[in-house]
Amino acid sequence: MTKSELIDRLAARHPHLLATDGELAVKTILDLMVDTLMAGRRIEIRGFGSFSLSWRPPRVGRNPKTGDRVEVGGKFVPHFKAGKELRDRVDGVGNKMAESPKD
Amino acid sequence: MTTQATLTKAELANELFEKLGLNKREAKDMVESFFEEIRAALEQGDVVKLSGFGNFQLRDKSQRPGRNPKTGEEMPISARRVVIFHASQKMKSQIETIDAGSIAQQ
Repeated sequence: MTKSELIDRLAARHPHLLATDGELAVKTILDLMVDTLMAGRRIEIRGFGSFSLSWRPPRVGRNPKTGDRVEVGGKFVPHFKAGKELRDRVDGVGNKMAESPKD
Repeated sequence: MTTQATLTKAELANELFEKLGLNKREAKDMVESFFEEIRAALEQGDVVKLSGFGNFQLRDKSQRPGRNPKTGEEMPISARRVVIFHASQKMKSQIETIDAGSIAQQ
């Protein structure tokens, strides 16, 4: 599913809204998510997952062409952890649970 | 709306209310549908590609040996399908520009 397919599906789900609203909503949601991480904040969507930043400390790397040592500065990288509902649905646990209930 | 340390669906809905003029109910439903459509696609085994943001992909993991961390007892970790997220090059390079000093270490 691409971004434009997601927009189409949201439009189909919300027929009472303007055709442009789905597109704007997707853009607005994604923009706020990126801005949030840029501000050093976490994102936590219950049932979907969380996005956070991990710190990669500075290290001495090598230029693969010349073999020269180069200082690579520390940096942040984005990290996603799937939430329980997403994990379970992707793994088909919903079906397994029905066959052998537990907890 | 006050800004919390963590972004949640409530703040995303509030953003749609303010920026798009959706009413509160529509904004909340739209945020819910956004994440539900992504979950549904992944559940169907479909990769989700959001240009400029990143890709949600699926990986099938085979069974591997594991341990119960409480008891130390050996037990196999069953084969499973998991979601992995790859941030887009655009997002990664934006995030790389964050000054470490500007953020309290999490």
